[in-house]
Amino acid sequence: MSLYYTQKLLFQLNRDPSVRRRLEEDIEGLLVEYELTEEERRAIRAPDVGLLYVMGVNGQILMHYAALRGYEWSAYIEAMREGERKYGPVRTGLYARADVR
Amino acid sequence: MSLVFAGVCSHAPGITGRSERADPTVRDAFYAALDRMRQAIEATRPEVLLVIGAEHFANFFMNNMPAICVGMAEHYEGPIEDEAWLGIKRRRVPGAPQLSRELIQAVMEDIDLAYAEEWKFDHGIMVPLHFLTPRYDLPVIPVNINCQGPPLIPLKRCYEFGRALRRACEVRPERIAVIGTGGISHWPATPDSGRINERWDRDFLERLLANRREDLLSYRDDEVWRAAGQGGFEIRTFIAVAGATEGCTGELWFYAPIPIFAVGCTVAVMKLAQG
Repeated sequence: MSLYYTQKLLFQLNRDPSVRRRLEEDIEGLLVEYELTEEERRAIRAPDVGLLYVMGVNGQILMHYAALRGYEWSAYIEAMREGERKYGPVRTGLYARADVR
Repeated sequence: MSLVFAGVCSHAPGITGRSERADPTVRDAFYAALDRMRQAIEATRPEVLLVIGAEHFANFFMNNMPAICVGMAEHYEGPIEDEAWLGIKRRRVPGAPQLSRELIQAVMEDIDLAYAEEWKFDHGIMVPLHFLTPRYDLPVIPVNINCQGPPLIPLKRCYEFGRALRRACEVRPERIAVIGTGGISHWPATPDSGRINERWDRDFLERLLANRREDLLSYRDDEVWRAAGQGGFEIRTFIAVAGATEGCTGELWFYAPIPIFAVGCTVAVMKLAQG
């Protein structure tokens, strides 16, 4: 369920300015409110957009988090490619072949 | 019949957000087709615009994901995205709460629905409105079909939803326009962004515009995923429009892959007079 909470945090960041303020002011306090693994916390904190993609975060959530953290479009696409090179194929979710019915 | 207009168009955020990076000749022809659609909608003098879209985790999340949700708010706000990123300024869009409520009740005779009195529009609705109702003065009723977070509603249920919506609209005195917005084949927001399967798209559009129900409903999600990407799941919005216009054929006004927009850009209109 950890991917669920990773995506939930990013979903809330995308739609709620008060959560965005907390990201700026107290990222550690925000992260502990979600059931996240150390790897997930690290990926969100860095941010490591490539790792978040490989973990299975949906792009419709991730592209806005990437923009929030200063990635312009081409840099966002390249970060995902770099993530695949560094961490391997997408592990789960909509982009992982094994998950498709 | 109270459905006065029905059509489909693309909604990708790049259409407005990355416009300067597209080939201007193709881009401007696409924009012109959208403007032709605006004029066609205005010529039918609609009182409300139903937008059947594929929301992208702006409002709905996996904690409580409706298969289909219809808006029932006084007004909506959008875009939820950064204004500069999308190239559209944030604004309020009027709703039609009483008509929403009555349409929802009528559709529920046939199809279970969720409703929402609060809804922030993302690019899936704001990009079409930017071109089709640029003054944002036409009341909108948004419809979301979950195309992102499986399990997804089967295609046949999308078609049935469209049919139920048509039946609900037919008994209304209001003049109602409906558009479906989605991508056909595309791999949005992934490393494959910009990949477009034009052959697959044109085959889908041929089935859609001939409104051949069995051919439209014969797609399997695993086949769609392989040939058309996860973005291809958004054919659900177009298939709902096919259901709403059962018995009518359509006309393709524009189709061209525009890779920086990450989608085969589409404008098509159903010929309701045939119905």
